Amino acid sequence: MAAVTGDNHGLRLATRYAVLVLVAIIFIFPLLFMAMSSLKPDQQLLNDTNSLRAFLPVGDLSLQNYWDAFDRAPIGVFVLNSVLVTATTVVFSLFVCSLAAFSFVFLNWKGRGLIFSILLATLIIPYETIFIPLLLMASQLPWIGAQGFEVGWLNTYRVQIIPFIADGLTIFLFVQYFRDLPKELIEASRVEGASWWQIYRKIVMPLAGPVLATAAILKFLFMYNQYLWPLMVVQEEAIRPVMVGLGYFTDQLNVPWGEVMAYLTLITVPVLAFYLMLQRAFIASIASTGVKG
Amino acid sequence: MASRLTQSNRTGWLMALPGVALIATFIILPFFLAFAFSLTNQRLASPNPTEYVGFANYSDLLGLAIFTLEPERDDAGQVLRDEDGAIEYPRLRNFTRNNPDFPHLQGKREWFGWQSGEDRVVVLASDVVFMKALVNTFFFVAVVAPVQAGLALVLALLINQRLRAINVFRAIYFMPVVVSIVVVSLLWQFIYSPGNGLLNNILDWFSFGLIAPRDWLGDTGTALPSIMAMSIWQGVGFHMVIWLSGLQTISPTLYEAAHIEGASKWQTFRFITWPGLRNTAVLIIIVITMQAFALFAQIDVMTGGGPLDSTQVLVFQAVERGYQRQDISGGSTISVLLFLIVLTISLIQRYLTREKH
Repeated sequence: MAAVTGDNHGLRLATRYAVLVLVAIIFIFPLLFMAMSSLKPDQQLLNDTNSLRAFLPVGDLSLQNYWDAFDRAPIGVFVLNSVLVTATTVVFSLFVCSLAAFSFVFLNWKGRGLIFSILLATLIIPYETIFIPLLLMASQLPWIGAQGFEVGWLNTYRVQIIPFIADGLTIFLFVQYFRDLPKELIEASRVEGASWWQIYRKIVMPLAGPVLATAAILKFLFMYNQYLWPLMVVQEEAIRPVMVGLGYFTDQLNVPWGEVMAYLTLITVPVLAFYLMLQRAFIASIASTGVKG
Repeated sequence: MASRLTQSNRTGWLMALPGVALIATFIILPFFLAFAFSLTNQRLASPNPTEYVGFANYSDLLGLAIFTLEPERDDAGQVLRDEDGAIEYPRLRNFTRNNPDFPHLQGKREWFGWQSGEDRVVVLASDVVFMKALVNTFFFVAVVAPVQAGLALVLALLINQRLRAINVFRAIYFMPVVVSIVVVSLLWQFIYSPGNGLLNNILDWFSFGLIAPRDWLGDTGTALPSIMAMSIWQGVGFHMVIWLSGLQTISPTLYEAAHIEGASKWQTFRFITWPGLRNTAVLIIIVITMQAFALFAQIDVMTGGGPLDSTQVLVFQAVERGYQRQDISGGSTISVLLFLIVLTISLIQRYLTREKH
C-alpha cells in the first residue's frame, strides 16, 4: 500500500470534519433561529430572515417577548400541568411495569406465558388507532373522587395520566433487563426466607438503575410531548399541558411570532438541557427500543 | 428445586395485576371497541340508542365506482360543444342524486377522471376527502420510510468514525428527536413561510437568485413534500442511533480481516457491514413505517389538511370525525383501517426480509 503523506492525511481529516460540521448546521439551525428570534421584536425578527442575522444575537434584544407571552397565556399553569402529569405518569409507570416484569421473569404462575405473549402483541397497536374509542370510554368511565361517585374522565388530570402508566414496551424493557440478572441471587435469597416483595425491593430494584433510566426517559419524552390526546380530552385551561397551550398563540389572526418563539424556547430549552446533561442515557434508551425486533 | 422455589401463583398474579389490568383496560379494550364501534352508528353523545349498521361505515369510506360520461348530442347525433370547443357532457349530479337507474352512484362524488376518445371516464368515491387522505398517507410513508432509513444509515456511518469530538456531533444530530414534533412543526411553518421566509432566502442565496421564492405550505404541489422533509429532519436521529447500535455489534476482527485482504471501502460495506445490519434494517423499516402512518401533529399545526386536501392524512381524518364531528363510529372505522394497513405492511416486510435457509 502507498504510504499516506502527512499533508494528505491532514486534508482528509479536514474534509471529514467539514462534512460533520455541515450536517450539524442542518440539524441545529432551526433551533438556533428559534432561540435568537425569541429575543427580537416582531419587525426585526421578520426582517432578519434575509441574512445571517437570523441566527445571531444582534439588534434590539430584550426579554420583552417572554413577558408578553406570559401576559397572553397562563404559561405557568401549562408548565405546571405538564410537569405534574409527566412526573406522576413516569413514577407510577416505573413501579407498575417493573413489578409486572419481575413477576413475569422470576415467578411461575398459571397463564404467565399466554399473558406475556398478549402484552408483546400490543406493541403493534399504535396509540393513534385507539384514541377515538378511548375518547368515548373516557367520557363514560366512572370515578370515585373527593365528591363521591362521578361519571366521566374528560377535563381531568387522571385522563391524562392513568391510560399511559402501563404499556407493553416498558414492561418488555424491564423483562429483558431482569432476564440477564443472575438467578442464583434470587434463589439464594428465597432459601434464606426472603419474601418476593423483599426480593423485588431489596435485591432486584437496587440493581435496576440503567433500565429505570431508560424507561423513565422514554416515558418522559412521550408524555411531555403528547399532543393529540390532551387536545381531545382537555378543554379546560386550568389543566391544559404546554403543547396544547400553543393554541393561545397560533389561533390569533396575526400570529405574534416573537411570542411564539419565546414560548417554544421556554418549553424546549429545559428538555434540551436535560438531554445534554444525560446525553448518554437518552441515546442508550432510544437504542434499547431497537431490541424489540 | 428452582421451579418449586419460583412457583407462586398468588404473589405472581398480584404483582402482574396492576400492569396487566391497565393495559387490558386502556389498550386492549379500546382496540377491540374500535372494531365494534366501526359496525355501529355510535356517537360521542346522542339521545338515540346506538344501532348495528353492518359494514355501512366501511362502504361510506371506501365506496368507489367508475362511470363513463357520453357527450351530449343533438338530434343529428353531432357532439355538442361549448363556445371554446370543449365537449359538453351531462352533469354528473344527474346520475348521483336520486337517480333510480344508478343506485350504485347514489351520493358519490367525482374523485378524478380522464378523457377517453369522446367519452369522459370518471372515478367516483363515496368519500373523496378520505380517498385523498389514504393516497397521501401511502405517499408519505413510501417516501419517508426509505429516505429516512437511508439517511439515518449514512449518518450512523458518519458518526461511527474514530475521530476526536465525534460524540459532540452525535449529540447534535440526535437533538431534534427530543424536541416535540409540535414545536418543530411551528418552527418550520415559519421557516417555510412565503416571500421573505427563511428557506426562500437560503435557497435564493445559494442559487444566486435562480430559485424563486415559493409558498411552500400553501401550494398543493409542495405542501406534503415540505412536511415530509421536516418529518425526516426531526426523526432521522432516532433511527441513526438504532443503526449505530447495530453497527457496534459487528465484530472489529471482521474489519481487520477485510483490511488485511485489501478490501475497498465499498467492498467492506457490502460484504461485512450490510450483512451484519440485516436484523437492524428489518426493525428500522418496520418502526419507521409504523411511525409514518401515524402522522398527525405536523398536519394539524401546519396545514390543517389543506391546501385543497393535499395534506389530508388518515389520523387527521379519524380525529376530524371521531372528535370534531363526535362521530365515534366513523373515527373508529378509520382507526381499524389504519391498524389493518400497518399490520399488513409489517407482515409483508417481515415476510420479504425473512431469513432464507
